[in-house]
Amino acid sequence: MSPGRRKILFVTTDQQRYDTLGCNGGTIARTPVVDGLAAGGVRYERAHPQSVVCMPSRSTMLTGQHPSTHGVWMNGVPLPLDAPSVAAALRDAGYRTALVGKAHFQPYLDPFLRFEENALARTGTHPSGGSHRGFEHLEFATHGAMGGLHYPRWLAAEHPEAIGGFYAALDAELQVNSAGGGDTGAPQVKVNPIERGWYHTDWVADRTIAWLDSLDAGDDWFCWMSFPDPHHPWDPPESEVGRIDWREVPLPAGYPERREDRERILDDKPRHWRLWYDGALVSNYEAPAQWVPATMTPDQVREVNARNAVECELIDEALGRVLARIAERGWGDDVDVVFTTDHGELQGDFGLLFKGPYHVDALMRLPLIWRPAPSAAIPPATVAAPVGLVDLAPTFCSIAGLDAPTWMQGTALPVDEADAAARGFERVLTDWDSELFGVDVHLRTITRDGWVCTMYEPGTVHDGTEGELYDLAGDPLQQRNLWDDPARRAVRDDLIGDLRDSRPPARSHKLLVEAPV
Amino acid sequence: MTPKRGSIRRECRVACSPDAAWRLVGDPARIAEWWPGIVDATVDGTARVITTGSGIPMPEEIVTVDPLQRRFQYRITAPMFKEHLSTLDVIELGDGTCLLVYSVDAQPSTMALVIGGAAGNALENARRILEGDQP
Repeated sequence: MSPGRRKILFVTTDQQRYDTLGCNGGTIARTPVVDGLAAGGVRYERAHPQSVVCMPSRSTMLTGQHPSTHGVWMNGVPLPLDAPSVAAALRDAGYRTALVGKAHFQPYLDPFLRFEENALARTGTHPSGGSHRGFEHLEFATHGAMGGLHYPRWLAAEHPEAIGGFYAALDAELQVNSAGGGDTGAPQVKVNPIERGWYHTDWVADRTIAWLDSLDAGDDWFCWMSFPDPHHPWDPPESEVGRIDWREVPLPAGYPERREDRERILDDKPRHWRLWYDGALVSNYEAPAQWVPATMTPDQVREVNARNAVECELIDEALGRVLARIAERGWGDDVDVVFTTDHGELQGDFGLLFKGPYHVDALMRLPLIWRPAPSAAIPPATVAAPVGLVDLAPTFCSIAGLDAPTWMQGTALPVDEADAAARGFERVLTDWDSELFGVDVHLRTITRDGWVCTMYEPGTVHDGTEGELYDLAGDPLQQRNLWDDPARRAVRDDLIGDLRDSRPPARSHKLLVEAPV
Repeated sequence: MTPKRGSIRRECRVACSPDAAWRLVGDPARIAEWWPGIVDATVDGTARVITTGSGIPMPEEIVTVDPLQRRFQYRITAPMFKEHLSTLDVIELGDGTCLLVYSVDAQPSTMALVIGGAAGNALENARRILEGDQP
């Protein structure tokens, strides 16, 4: 083992918008810890996922590959066990490796217990064979207290009275639950009387600290700390909800308060936008099937945003505890911290919640902060050039002093704008593919030169002529679709040409959907 | 809206005779041999109870065992299902291979995808067994 290499704390959240952090202009949640990392590191203003749902996006983080290559093209498609893994590359180089929190490389809805990641908690935290996807230590949690992962098993053993306080993520039909709660009846909101210290956010931090404490001072390590929040359900510990009075939360800039304005904006986009808003089409499993977005009230938007912000604050504080422990261990100067999420959340934009085939900033513009190890002496910077989650794996290799394996398709993140320009960070690609009960939707998106351009492939909802084109500077809320504007035809054609030319290689064999999520 | 009832199909081509395939997948008592995640199956007349890897016992009613068509059908009778029928066909392709086709219709629709998704994996596992590969 080479002593003194930089260690890596990779922090992910789930479904967190760019604008939920103070350093990115957020005004509701207080996030001083991440803001501090940004002040001392590199803050990316245009980081996009390669898919806006969990399993494909997380598989991209792990493999450094686009979904068309790693093969997880929608939720419910398991990442093959022999898929390449940056954790394995680091472990092979002598790093100790752990994943604590939400993984979601395999489906969760698994009554047969076919998937290794759902079964692991029965036998402990160390997989047979020494590692799983390159991680020697795994402790899993997801959004609630049900199931057989480590967190629900711990809660059932230690605090069984707290289990019933969580929101039931699925309803009796096993659909994503549409039941409302809180003060406004907003969907996926519930009063959760759980003690703060028992909630999964603090549990993830506690278990991360426990693993770090198990290491020798001289160990090199890579730890993926993966918080399940602020993904719905919005059921943070009730003791913390009073931090933010939802009545004082401003409506998001992306939420047109007048219904006719919402509908006019939606009607300017491909038809599945309005169909979902009206409750006429749910094309994907990730949103409640029985909920009609058009029924959402402004107060519900406020309450969801308030609770989401509380969850962001809890994450920030939990991260602060982990960083404090790292400092106590004497590692502070040698630890790189990367903070990001897998995708965003509509959170009221356009009158919508949750996520789906909607390639706009709400879902695509992600928080991404890289605070290099102070010993690396990389100056703080802000990068506006487009980067992707596909770039994370090669970044971790670079931090560890390794050449990026040839199977990685991204490029180590730039440390400043000049570096981005020198190394050709011009575009980022995002795909959507879904097939659910006879409905298929396929989006191909490129973000480049201040434009977001999405073309639609033929499916049951679209004929393949539809598209979206947004000028990010002139229309930051993406409310004016310029796809059919003759004056923008040259820009559109150029972007589509680049999008086609830049497509990553696809697998020869399409992987099957094995569960809903 | 998402349909309340779901219909899912999975298929797999196998390099073996249809009779050999039927001996494995057409025997209701042998399902635990080829379906990952089913750890036990007991058959009593037309009643079968399978036990999943998570320990859930699942009562089923065997509807059809037709060795001439090589068709097997069953219903899951657990209360969480408002409706369920799964059909497994072994179809001779005439070139020494056969096609395994598994169809599931269920309400709630989510369970059709859960079972159909697992069936796709199970058919592939059956193929490996029938072709002599270790899964």
